[in-house]
Order: sequence, then C-alpha cells, then structure tokens
Amino acid sequence: MSTVLEILTAVTLIIGAIFTLVGSYGLLKLDDPMKRLHAPTKAGTLGVGALITASILHSFATGGNSVHEVLIVAFLFVTAPISAHFISKVNIHRKRCETPPPPPEDTSWATLGPSDGPAS
Amino acid sequence: MATSDDTDRPSLLRRLFPHPLLTILLVIVWLVIANSFTLNSLVLGTILGILIPFFTYPYWPNVPTGFRAGKMIAYIGLVIWDIIVANIAVAWIVMTKRNADMRSTWVTIPLDLRKPEAITVLAGTITLTPGTVSADLSDEGHSLLVHALDAESPEAVRYEIKERYERRLKEIFE
Amino acid sequence: MILPTGLFEWSLLIAILSVSVSQVMAMVRLVIGPGNGDRILALDTMVINAIGLIVLLGIAQGSEVYFEAALIFAMLGFVSTVAYARFILRGDIIE
Repeated sequence: MSTVLEILTAVTLIIGAIFTLVGSYGLLKLDDPMKRLHAPTKAGTLGVGALITASILHSFATGGNSVHEVLIVAFLFVTAPISAHFISKVNIHRKRCETPPPPPEDTSWATLGPSDGPAS
Repeated sequence: MATSDDTDRPSLLRRLFPHPLLTILLVIVWLVIANSFTLNSLVLGTILGILIPFFTYPYWPNVPTGFRAGKMIAYIGLVIWDIIVANIAVAWIVMTKRNADMRSTWVTIPLDLRKPEAITVLAGTITLTPGTVSADLSDEGHSLLVHALDAESPEAVRYEIKERYERRLKEIFE
Repeated sequence: MILPTGLFEWSLLIAILSVSVSQVMAMVRLVIGPGNGDRILALDTMVINAIGLIVLLGIAQGSEVYFEAALIFAMLGFVSTVAYARFILRGDIIE
C-alpha cells in the first residue's frame, strides 16, 4: 500500500468519525425538536460520506479500484433533505415546536392548512 | 396533457429518446454499479438507458424544457463546497454554543421560482447548506418555510438564500 | 485484544469506536425522545450510522460484498423514514 494513499485514507477516516460523532452528539444535546434536525442531517450525512470516501481510497490503495460506493453517497445526499423535510412537517403537525409565522404570499403553510384540503 | 402548445407530433428522434438526460444518467449509473469501464457494460448500459425511458415515457410525458446542464454542474460544485463549509460551521456551533445562546428562528422566503423541479432543488440545497433546514411549503407553493439554527437575523438568511441559490436556479431552470 | 500497529489500523479502530458511540447516543435519543419526530429522526440517524459501520467493516475485512448491504440499508432507511413520517402526518401510508 502506498504511503500517501494510506495517510489520506487515515485522515478521511478520522474526519468521518468526527463528523458522525458530532452529528449524534448534537442529536442528544440540542433542546428543541427543530434544532435537533440540524445536526444529524448535515454532520451525520457528511460523516458517512467521508467514511465511504475512505473506503474508495482504501480500495484504490489495495488495487481493488472500486468506485461504486459513490452511489451510496449520492443516494444519501439526495434523500437526506427529503427525510428532514418530512420530519420537520411532523414536528409542525404535532405542534412540537413554536408555530411558524404566516407565509408572505399565500394563505397558510401546507401542513397547517385546512385539514380537508389537498395539502400533503 | 399539461402542455397545450406542442400539439404537433414530436419528431422521431424525440420519440426514440424522450428523456436524453435520463439516458445519460442511466448509462453512468449502470457503469458505476457494474464497477468496470469495459465495452461490455457500456453497451448493456446504453441499451438500458435507451429502453427504460422509452418504456416509462407514458407515465411521465412532460419533459422538462429549458434545462441548462452545464450551469447545473457548476451549481453542484458550488453546493458541494458549501456543504463542506456548512458542516464545519454547524459542527462548531453544536460543539461550542450553549443551547440558550443559539438564536434559532423561522425564516419565510417568498419564491420567484415557479417550476416544481426548481423548488425541489432549492429546498434540498437549503437543507444541506449553512445552518438551515427547509421545513414546509405554502399551500399554493409560492413561499418556503426555513428553520435557521443560529442566525443573525431572518433578513440576512433570506437575502443569502435568494442571492446565492435562487438566482442561479432561476438561470438554470427558467 | 490485539492492539493495531500502523497508522491506518489505528484510525480504523478510532472510526469504528466513534461510530459505535454515535450509535449509542442516537439510541438514547430514541428511548428518551419526547416526540414522535425525535424518534423518527433518531431512527434515521441510526440507519445512517449503521451504513457507516457496514462500510467500516468492509474496509477492515477488505471485502467487496458489504457494498450491496450498505446500499440496501440506505434505500430501506429512507423509505421507512418517509413511511413513518407520512403515517403520522396523514394517519395512512398509501391513500
């Protein structure tokens, strides 16, 4: 294994470990449901992204040359905002956070709107 | 049919390749899954990339128009850079600030974008970048609700999102 | 327990330990979390951390077969998160 790649892999592993730890620590520490949403969706996703980058670097170092782990990173980065959006809609719907101000242009937010409407 | 202006029959090329960008994306994803850049997998990926849009075309006939792929790549680069910077900033806030010191607030953003694809990309970008999570859309889809973890003022967040991301997305999609 | 020797082995050990600790912290939030949204978020975080653990296991064993497991975990985790959230929002998953 070449030395430069080995050091790069080690550094990426440590970065990923730190970000994953910070994401879960934020999930535990923050005191408001909406604040809690910030830490895992950002730090956690980037942490796993760094761990997977380390896996790709390691495969190059050992001669495996596999890049298909990129798909997992791409999938996580596309789906993380959607999960976060749904969880924040749950928080608004269950009134676990302070009520948001009214929207500047339309009548109401989709989650808070009239319950018989086509809001989803 | 939602589009009323193209009543004439689409050209043969358009009927064979209804979603050209989807074809390219499918070929790339197939090559990455196969994990080898050989002629074998390239041919199979191209066949799949042509057949899948051709057979699924009846289920989504509205082809997005006016999409600028070159600017989209530049935008993705900008967003990836912002994600890395944002994560360091958020990690610093989470680790050092006490809960009571965080000025978290709701921010409402009136949208200039009208296309659903553009609004989706904007909401995803907002969630992945500095201290903001997109939380909800208004019932007519003309404004976006954003939660900021630690913001100076709602106006600053609103200005940054409109200037940095929405203006670029308007160039890409409309 | 055999202590690792090189820089790479040490960083791998540290990474596995910290991802495991994050998994435990997310589990605590899953148990205490006051609202439904917090529990869904904790489950989502646990799925993402589990993907990280699977990838680290793949690095440690030098094996390629863990890729499919991680990809399926990512897909199932996303679908289950959306299904839980939708169930709470609408009282039904498929309308």
